[in-house]
Amino acid sequence: MEIKDNLVSYYVPSEKKQLELQEILSFIQKECKNSLISIDLTNFELSVIIKKDKLYTFIEFIKNNKVLMFKQLIDITAVDYPDRNNRFTVVYNLLSLAHNFRIRVKVEIEENQMLESIVALYPAANFLEREVWDLFGIKFTNHPDLRRILTDVGFEGHPLRKDFPVTGFMEVIYDEEQEAVVYKPVELIQAYRDFDYQNPWMAGLEELALSEIKNKSEENK
Amino acid sequence: MVEDKIRNTVINFGPQHPSSHGVLRLVLELDGEVVKRAEPHIGQLHRGTEKLMESKTYTQNIPFMDRLDYVAPANYEHCWVLTIEKLLKLEVPLRAKFIRVLFLELNRIARHAFAIGAQGLDVGAMTPMVWLFESREQILEFFEEVTGARFHLNYFRVGGVAKDIQEHMIKKISDWIIKFEEDFLDTQALLTGNRIFKQRTVSIGTIDKDTAIAWGLTGPNLRASGVAWDIRKTQPYEIYGDLDFDIPIGTNGDVYDRYLVRIKEIYESIRIVKQCLEGMPNGIIKVDDYKITPPPRATMKSSMEAMIHHFKFFSEGFHVPKGEAYVPVETPSGEFGVYLISDGSNKPYRAKLRSNGLMHLQIIKSLGVGYQLGDLPSILGSLDFIFGEIDR
Repeated sequence: MEIKDNLVSYYVPSEKKQLELQEILSFIQKECKNSLISIDLTNFELSVIIKKDKLYTFIEFIKNNKVLMFKQLIDITAVDYPDRNNRFTVVYNLLSLAHNFRIRVKVEIEENQMLESIVALYPAANFLEREVWDLFGIKFTNHPDLRRILTDVGFEGHPLRKDFPVTGFMEVIYDEEQEAVVYKPVELIQAYRDFDYQNPWMAGLEELALSEIKNKSEENK
Repeated sequence: MVEDKIRNTVINFGPQHPSSHGVLRLVLELDGEVVKRAEPHIGQLHRGTEKLMESKTYTQNIPFMDRLDYVAPANYEHCWVLTIEKLLKLEVPLRAKFIRVLFLELNRIARHAFAIGAQGLDVGAMTPMVWLFESREQILEFFEEVTGARFHLNYFRVGGVAKDIQEHMIKKISDWIIKFEEDFLDTQALLTGNRIFKQRTVSIGTIDKDTAIAWGLTGPNLRASGVAWDIRKTQPYEIYGDLDFDIPIGTNGDVYDRYLVRIKEIYESIRIVKQCLEGMPNGIIKVDDYKITPPPRATMKSSMEAMIHHFKFFSEGFHVPKGEAYVPVETPSGEFGVYLISDGSNKPYRAKLRSNGLMHLQIIKSLGVGYQLGDLPSILGSLDFIFGEIDR
């Protein structure tokens, strides 16, 4: 047994594989011109952003195409960017067992927009889409059974949105009088502390600098 | 003739059922004893790990990983540090890689021993469980001696491992692994050829190749259906690319095949552990960069710089460059991956934990139908999921 120290711990594709990845990139670029917004290859990972209404056809194409064969759905998830116009990015992770490639398909949608479900293509998408609905509040059309999955029955809100507090809104306690477990608004013994250690010396200064600029502009008036 | 209206019975399987492996609630519709519909209800163990992780620094997040699959904590921690290392483009010392792989494979043996024992118990064989737990306890004692904890190790760090393994541990583990290989034959003798065990498992819960791929199965469950796919081989990380081991695969994809694949994987893990112990090099166990790892405790008393580094590391942590990465690893139960999005700060902007158990559980909806109620514990046991990881 001869161990080569390739220095890094994570998976780095061989040079041949990296060339193949480049080929796949240009293949998708050529074949799916209409549905593509952007495509890139960073950290040896293929990532595409596609148009919202082309999602189903694009995934159907890369699943059944002989060159790609992304037969396995690994994961569906979403990311919340509250400041952005298209608030959510929904991410599909796919794996091609035949060719040993991974791809990340991303769609950007607005808050109240719906996406087409891919349960018809991959039965595994069922629970994953339910999870995205539960935690982010993104709805999928044509989903056979879109219910909450991880949170409690009757839970309100979508916890993984950035505007949902870590402590939540409600807590459960055992009520002696009613002899039952009941929901009540959350009561914190100590205020939630979000330690922001970034630039401890500069944090106050930035505000000071801002107010100085404001004062000066008012003086100028 | 009077027509009687016959109604199917709907029952709850769990969440307190001993063979539901945790807190699974399965709503079953039964026609006599045949399952007509199986609907898993999950979320009883949901702790909001992904939400909590967004408000903790990268190092503070490592213990959360232990609490996902609490039977194979090392493998899950490893994936988290690997993802961060990929974004940091960090080079890890060789000794750290050897220690990591040693721990991963010991944990894989412990996890499979647990799975096989529990599977035996589910179909009424009690002895294998007791014997395998004895062996598993030995592994947990090794963990305790090195890390100080039996289950929630919190041992892997970005850029290496927390502490070095003691000199005598190498001999201790080598002695034990030879003994375990012999002992394990006894356990197998109880199950592999056992007529009752085979009647409960052979051609029960059969999953063919295409179904397994479509439902997103990974790990031993996928390999039992005849797909030779192991991330340690196909997309090798750490030193797996240079180690000598094989991927066992099944042919029928039934409960018995999944059991056999796990048995064979234990032997492959034994091979890897032996290679790690033999080839263990000397050297440092974490990167020599005090922005990423804390400086030695002793230097803090005399060096001002070490003091500052220590304070900055444990308060602010380190910053990870802006970007995103998905890093999969082969855990004992299947593919676990972290999809990490960093905004350049000291906390993850979003971390998605890809659960393999969720997929393995999901297939019950189509797999469980048509079998008798008594076969269900056997199928559930063979799919081998842990609820800490499904509910996250």
